[in-house]
Amino acid sequence: MAKTTYREAVRAALREAMRADPRVFLMGEDVGRYGGAFAVSLGLLDEFGPERIRDTPLSESGFLGAGIGAALGGMRPIVEIMTVNFSLLSLDQLVNNAATLRHMSGGQFSVPLVVRMASGGGRSLAAQHSHSFEGWYAHVPGIKVVTPATVADAKGLLLAALTEPDPVVILEHATLYPLEGDDTPDEPMQIGLAAVRRPGQHVTLVTYGGSLPKTLAAADALAKEGIEAEVIDLRTLRPLDIDTVLASVAKTHRAVVVDEMWKTGSFAAEVMAQIMERAFDELDAPVARVCSREVPMPYAKHLEEAALPQAGQIVTAAKGLL
Amino acid sequence: MTDFLMPKLGADMTRGRLVEWLKKPGERIARGEVIAVVETDKANVDVESWVAGTLEKILVEPGGDWLPVGTPLAVIAAEAGAEAGAPPAFAAAPAAAAPVTVPRQPPPPDVAPGAPPPRAPLPAAAPAAGGERVPVSPIARKRAGELGVDLASVRGTGPGGRITLEDVERAARERPAAAPAAPAADKRQRMRDAIAAAMARSKREIPHYYLGTTIDMSRALAWLATANAKLPVTERLLAGVLLVKAAALALREVPELNGFWIDGRAQASASIHAGIAISLRGGGLVAPAIHDADKLTLAALSQRLTDLVARARAGSLKSSEMTDPTGTITSLGERGVEAVYGVIYPPQLALVGFGKIVERPWAVDGTVVVRPVVTATLSGDHRATDGHRGALYLDAVARLLQEPEKL
Repeated sequence: MAKTTYREAVRAALREAMRADPRVFLMGEDVGRYGGAFAVSLGLLDEFGPERIRDTPLSESGFLGAGIGAALGGMRPIVEIMTVNFSLLSLDQLVNNAATLRHMSGGQFSVPLVVRMASGGGRSLAAQHSHSFEGWYAHVPGIKVVTPATVADAKGLLLAALTEPDPVVILEHATLYPLEGDDTPDEPMQIGLAAVRRPGQHVTLVTYGGSLPKTLAAADALAKEGIEAEVIDLRTLRPLDIDTVLASVAKTHRAVVVDEMWKTGSFAAEVMAQIMERAFDELDAPVARVCSREVPMPYAKHLEEAALPQAGQIVTAAKGLL
Repeated sequence: MTDFLMPKLGADMTRGRLVEWLKKPGERIARGEVIAVVETDKANVDVESWVAGTLEKILVEPGGDWLPVGTPLAVIAAEAGAEAGAPPAFAAAPAAAAPVTVPRQPPPPDVAPGAPPPRAPLPAAAPAAGGERVPVSPIARKRAGELGVDLASVRGTGPGGRITLEDVERAARERPAAAPAAPAADKRQRMRDAIAAAMARSKREIPHYYLGTTIDMSRALAWLATANAKLPVTERLLAGVLLVKAAALALREVPELNGFWIDGRAQASASIHAGIAISLRGGGLVAPAIHDADKLTLAALSQRLTDLVARARAGSLKSSEMTDPTGTITSLGERGVEAVYGVIYPPQLALVGFGKIVERPWAVDGTVVVRPVVTATLSGDHRATDGHRGALYLDAVARLLQEPEKL
């Protein structure tokens, strides 16, 4: 079977969803003629035409608001925002409107909106294109936050998002787009479940999104030293599947949480807090975390690598608990 | 100088474990101030000091062995004239009294019969090295408790010398075979053992008599409905508050039931501290005191009850609450039971029980009507009182409940 890339898996999900449901459409900056800043929607304009693959002005607040309106009007819009940095312009629409309308209308309205955006660093795109804010979104009740880290999840979780009655934010780590995989699902997966990507008994490594490949590399390196790390991919940040994490910690008694946000107030901090709230008596060492350095993302490649979490740091953190 | 001793927090307590010091050497202590947390078989208890002064020296570090009641834990330099302060009620001379009042105490449950006696208490001259705190991981501490491993004897191999789970399990494996491989004294089991000891002692030593009466609750409930209509939802009173208040007030009328049986005779208490039997979620029960329950307003009593139940279930009772009850009140009404004939908690003299308030046919002036009624019971110590006194008591409870506005 031919290899599929993460990018192609997202595109396949978009295509299948649009073929299956006339209410589904895609809009965002450069998604039509240009094929998307990360070439995800390449070729879709030809198949579905400009009514359903809509290029928008450079106004995140405007087109996300339009997406909310379309969702309220019975459509199933997919809004692509080029990077999570740019999505900050539309935070008001998402947090104050999309996330609240079901509650403020007493359940009369729902906003079945899917917002996709690229996130994260590692591509020398500098500080305005490379940050990680998924924890900010995960903070907000009323939306779901999904971080697919594998080719299969890229498709299966997007299909799942389109079945949700409420807003779903999907963060696609930009370094994952060229990632290759074998199988992609034909059916929607379930949002809200973490996955054990590698079983192990000595230490639990918890991560999600773009940090999963680095964490798996760290687990390989640890295995060469006789340390079996269990790697958990959270896959969904809200609702968080903490039970899978706790079950692993109950086995290994040690945990390192890896994410690409800045360390202070990172999503890792939330995971650590919940482990300590709910599994304190299982811990054999303080929970550790590996996050980004607290600087705007440097442009220079070597500095960017130094600012981001790397496999070597994860190995060091894990060994520090043993 | 005064020794601060492992307190006896209830008649069934033979040993305790120091969990935490809330004062450091050199710090001032006010009389009645909580200075330590002690784990008993039933709960973690905040222990108050009955002398004012300065904490001179800590003799026992937290997290160590179970220590017999009366073991010196710290030395307090008492203020001049302050040493006269004594803990209230029968906690006054707990250590000395224990062997007398509790003959043939069963061995601590984690020591097999015939096994060597538990380690002697830490000698006063050997505080933990320099007061230095050895880091222990949470699961290592928990597992050490389960396996009965003394953390002081374990060498930590984790980062910074932390004692890890592996260190504890290794220490358990390497223990000499002669040491009792007794199953861990699981907390729930220890509570069960403590209750077993107290209740067996009660039934062995106390000749109980039992009385019961059915009380018309229609006036009390009608008054309660009217009173509650004027109160915010959060301050509304439950019928149980009326029952507790009536039971406490009735003890004023029959003081012979209120107090302790100590050294072969009844010693009535001037104060009425109502012990409230509270079942714990994990199983077992405690019966901490509401001090001066007869003097509290219904609103204050209601608030104390709520607070006491919450703290009992969270395991944060004060030592005076554990030692002070001068009588116990129990109710199984909320579980649907109509009458409870309880076992007296030694060395108390009586236990009052209430069942569920139920509607029953009731004869009034030759006509049968439906009335809400409750069965009140009394278990009395026949050494201290006779059925006649007990009957006067239940009659007083019934009468007080007919005038709820005076409660």
